[in-house]
Amino acid sequence: MRLELREAPPIWLAGLAPVLAVGAALLLCAGLIVWTGESVLEAYALLVKGAVGSRFALAETLTRATPLILTGLAAAVAFRAKLWNIGGEGQLYMGALAATWLGTGALDLPPLLLIPVLLIAGALAGGSVLIVPALIKNKLKVDEVVTTLLLNFIILLFVNYLLEGPLKDPMSLGWPQAAPIVDEGLLPKILEKSRLHLGLIIALLAALAIWLVMRFTVWGFEIKAVGLNARGAAFAGINVNATIIRTALISGGLAGIAGVGEVIGLKGYLTLDLSPGFGYTGIAVAMLAQLHPIGVVVSAFFLAGIYVGADSMGRAVNIPTYLADVLVASSVLCVLVSVMLVRFRIRRG
Amino acid sequence: MDILEILLTTGFWAATLRIATPLIFGTLGELICERAGVLNLGIEGIMTMGAMAGWMWVYQGGDLWGGLAFAAFIGMLFGLLHSSFTVYLGLSQHVTGIGITLLASSLSYFVFRMLLPDATTPPKIEPFQPYAIPILSDLPLLGPSVFTQTPMTYLALICVAVIWYGLYRTPVGLAVRMAGENPLAVEAQGIDVLAIRTGAVMVGSALMSVGGAFLTMSAFDAFYFGMVNGRGWICVALVIFASWRPGKALLGALLFAGIDALQVRVQQVSGAAIPYQFFLMAPYVLSILAMVIMARRAAYPKALLVPFRRGDRA
Repeated sequence: MRLELREAPPIWLAGLAPVLAVGAALLLCAGLIVWTGESVLEAYALLVKGAVGSRFALAETLTRATPLILTGLAAAVAFRAKLWNIGGEGQLYMGALAATWLGTGALDLPPLLLIPVLLIAGALAGGSVLIVPALIKNKLKVDEVVTTLLLNFIILLFVNYLLEGPLKDPMSLGWPQAAPIVDEGLLPKILEKSRLHLGLIIALLAALAIWLVMRFTVWGFEIKAVGLNARGAAFAGINVNATIIRTALISGGLAGIAGVGEVIGLKGYLTLDLSPGFGYTGIAVAMLAQLHPIGVVVSAFFLAGIYVGADSMGRAVNIPTYLADVLVASSVLCVLVSVMLVRFRIRRG
Repeated sequence: MDILEILLTTGFWAATLRIATPLIFGTLGELICERAGVLNLGIEGIMTMGAMAGWMWVYQGGDLWGGLAFAAFIGMLFGLLHSSFTVYLGLSQHVTGIGITLLASSLSYFVFRMLLPDATTPPKIEPFQPYAIPILSDLPLLGPSVFTQTPMTYLALICVAVIWYGLYRTPVGLAVRMAGENPLAVEAQGIDVLAIRTGAVMVGSALMSVGGAFLTMSAFDAFYFGMVNGRGWICVALVIFASWRPGKALLGALLFAGIDALQVRVQQVSGAAIPYQFFLMAPYVLSILAMVIMARRAAYPKALLVPFRRGDRA
């Protein structure tokens, strides 16, 4: 058996690949459900119902998708340049910290000014964290996978320290949480009787903006060129190091905005359980979308649906909600294979 | 009490060896994979899986050594999965590794919850007990602490020697190192590059899994969520620090564990002057620093991250 590169993969096949992959993942996880002794069809039906079965469920899914779109974009942009940013989780918390620092009374501005200021501050905070690994990758060739990953642990401990120390709200009855964001800094809800907030619109606009940048601008071209072949890009006159830094700022910035959105849109104050791993799930979002910005939106909705649906399924039948994580992880691996099958054809001999 | 005094206590040296043990297993495992040309970022998840699998084996009534073998076996399975993606299909080692970490850790949590749905406090097992090596443990000063460890710590030290010998003194080891430097040369010798790499990733993953099992079967006696806590990633950094050499990997793990053991003790005597979170950051900061310091001298295996396809010309 050998693999042969397809000259031009048919476009329908490229679109079908992730769908087939998710199907394969659902099939694999059906094995786990059989093991729990529950009915597979019933379990998946409950999952779908819990994700999109009611107005409330749908609103919850969209709320959950909001940060995932942003962390997914963060991973997608970085991975396009082969900058392996696994630090989305930490960058998200840096964004949340910036919003907390400026949004709890330090600035006295009307909402129309304060909200953009918080978003920009969060983006800068998230971006600047990723600058460090990007710089040492450029200067010293230190692999950024490990440095960005380890920074997550450092940042979480730092947030932990701030929440138990300088940023701790004295009114919080001993809980390690920061003071609430002032009313002028809170994002309005966009759906009555739900938790869905303006952050979703911001995330969608970000996806559109990233798509435009990647598709139509020199920056986008440079990012893609560096990712495909850094040496070739350098020969063509692209400043590879500058492109990496720029990518790092955009990627970290997007993750930072995700953190701001969670604080000023959903929770209203910073705690240590602000994110149940949105930064890591964002990587899965980007992989399922094959790093396409618009695809990220679709796959973020999909994964958010899986998580929200699995929560409600876990309450109804005796299946651990970790099934959602298994489903997401196996989807990522299946997509890898399916994408390869699109690019190559298997020949005998 | 100052730092010198801490360094002279036997408890410090015992703790250093204990903290180093999972890092030695993990670093050796990652080292073998990378020496064969495969970056295995599944390590964090495989360690979690090993911690769960070994513990579960014992909890279900198996014996400790059986649990260890079981953990190694499960680790091998994930190694096989990793290598079928990265070695045979030539897929991105970064993405595959992260995917395997996600899969292995979520699967461990799923299985744990599935088998123990109602456990609110983590149930305990009877872990490995320290064993005092006769004569050596009677040596003055450090004897009692260094030579009274659990069997897994001795096993880790034996692994260092075995893997050093295997890599540098046997034909298989030579083939593994060549597969990571110049796979075409391996092919020219009539040796199957893909099989060598697959074998290396499987053995390496088994070691990672055993390193994880140390946490639940020796260091602690229960399985907690998130208990690996970045140790796998630290091992990846330690491999670079060790310049891909088993002996230096042992040194690196010991140095690292020593500083970790020291920070716990300094933390105790420093009172509340420095918030404890900054001490807890030490291992992660240290790993990044180690990578930065060694960066200029890092001699990556030349074919690391490069998939090998039969019949391709370099």
